[in-house]
Amino acid sequence: MNHSTYLRYELLRSFRNKRFMILSLAFPLVLFLLVGGTHRHDMFSGISFPLYFMAAMATLGSMAAMLSSAGTIAADRATGWMRQMRITPLTDRAYFQAKVVTAYSRAVLTMVLLGVAGVLLGVHLGISGWFTMIGLLLVGLIPFALMGIVLGHVIGNDASAPAVGGLVTLFALLGGVYGFQIATRGPMFDFIRVLPSYWLVQAGKTALHGGSWAPEGWIVMGLWTAALIPLALVTYRRDTDRV
Amino acid sequence: MTSTLSKHASPQSTHGGIVLAGLTKSYGDVLAVREIDLSLAAGETVALLGPNGAGKSTTIDMILGLTRPDGGSVALFGMTPAEAVTAGIVGGMLQTGSLIPYLQVRELVTMVASLYPRALPVDHVLDLTGSTAFADQATNALSGGQTQRVRFAIALVANPDLLVLDEPTASLDVEGRREFWAAMRKVASQGATVIFATHYLEEADQFADRIVLMAQGRIVADGASTEIKSMVHRRTIRLTLPGVAQTKLSELPAVTAVERRGDSWILTSADSDTSVRGLLQSYPAAHDIEVQGAALEEAFLALTSDTNTNTNIDTAKEGLTQS
Repeated sequence: MNHSTYLRYELLRSFRNKRFMILSLAFPLVLFLLVGGTHRHDMFSGISFPLYFMAAMATLGSMAAMLSSAGTIAADRATGWMRQMRITPLTDRAYFQAKVVTAYSRAVLTMVLLGVAGVLLGVHLGISGWFTMIGLLLVGLIPFALMGIVLGHVIGNDASAPAVGGLVTLFALLGGVYGFQIATRGPMFDFIRVLPSYWLVQAGKTALHGGSWAPEGWIVMGLWTAALIPLALVTYRRDTDRV
Repeated sequence: MTSTLSKHASPQSTHGGIVLAGLTKSYGDVLAVREIDLSLAAGETVALLGPNGAGKSTTIDMILGLTRPDGGSVALFGMTPAEAVTAGIVGGMLQTGSLIPYLQVRELVTMVASLYPRALPVDHVLDLTGSTAFADQATNALSGGQTQRVRFAIALVANPDLLVLDEPTASLDVEGRREFWAAMRKVASQGATVIFATHYLEEADQFADRIVLMAQGRIVADGASTEIKSMVHRRTIRLTLPGVAQTKLSELPAVTAVERRGDSWILTSADSDTSVRGLLQSYPAAHDIEVQGAALEEAFLALTSDTNTNTNIDTAKEGLTQS
């Protein structure tokens, strides 16, 4: 069956939710304009600071866009909407498609706005640079899209906002979004390197230097994705399986 | 949507009716539904009538495939609930549940309609449920009655062969109820099988062909509305009459039970007029006669206590057999 109508209204209700847009859109954009604007001519680890910080904020915002799926899902469960959907012919595929496309649309909007803001602040990046950065970020967001769905199906509605906010902050900090690493060697660094957040942040950074992930990065992202796909299916089915 | 009608119309949906067999469900120590057997012909409108805790919602959740029975089975037109729901031939209005925000009424109904293979035109459903006037309002800016109409529209837009409604008028005022049932009648007249739960006898009586009375997880009565109404409308007759045998009083017409309170008696009657006439003919000395209509709750209690007695006897028998 054609699910475009269902998807269209899922997108519509997501983009009308102003509160949702704050964490994933307004917050990174304002932070970029404030911090990037005051350090317009500074350099940071070999590149211009606004360029670095634009990539960092795009990473933060798009990650938040992915994880915030948890908010709608938890709300749909709490209000009984998920039960109402269980007695419709909505398929697993249409459901996951809608959730993932909605999250990616929010993420892409964040990237586009930050890109425009970056150009306005005088950021210079070649065509291939833009493509590599955005491409790697889009791939790197896959585990986060799944994580948002899993979280939405296991967490209560009241806890969803602090959980998403807390998780975004934690991942940003551990991943090094703000320009410093909590650890650069030892067991803590080993731990940080098996989290998808580290490689998501690296996606932005390495792309700016003209590279891609180390093989380790692809393996970590692949493993997280492989683990989260069945988990998302199981937690979704537990909430919605028809008898 | 109408263009897909012939392509997806389910050929199975016209065969058979709804069959519940030995349906059982418990939550911990609480037996919510105890071995219910029920058959509905296609096109019937049936009320599940009973007080809170009778097992109506649990039964409905099992019919809709939301709850897995501990025992027994549900067949909807020869299909399992999951198959029937997936085929898009079931529409449901659950007891609780709000609408999702950030959409207008028409948008929300269109969204749900898109999931069904042979959905009704959205504007027609909005009209039928009396939702056209607020179709462009946001779903989170509606009154309780308007929300209920939209929930009804969501159930209806499926164009279902089976429509299941769990206490659809619970949050409505008198006017809202009247309008709801007016819309409901139009739908039922189009041939869908309708099951609705209610604890209002009047609703069951006026809108159902058949009433299934539930108490404590069991079906305690099942019949045409008029039969159930007379059962439920039992009356008690109180009177004072010394020196008469209990068995004599129980022989009076329409009397179903006799209870002694010293020189006073409490008779339960299925037809109090007939009983009182008979009483005064045979015992002119009877005095202080009071006739009381049993409220629905009392009628439920009466039927329920019968069931309880049976259970106790059964349990006692089992105990004896085991020892």
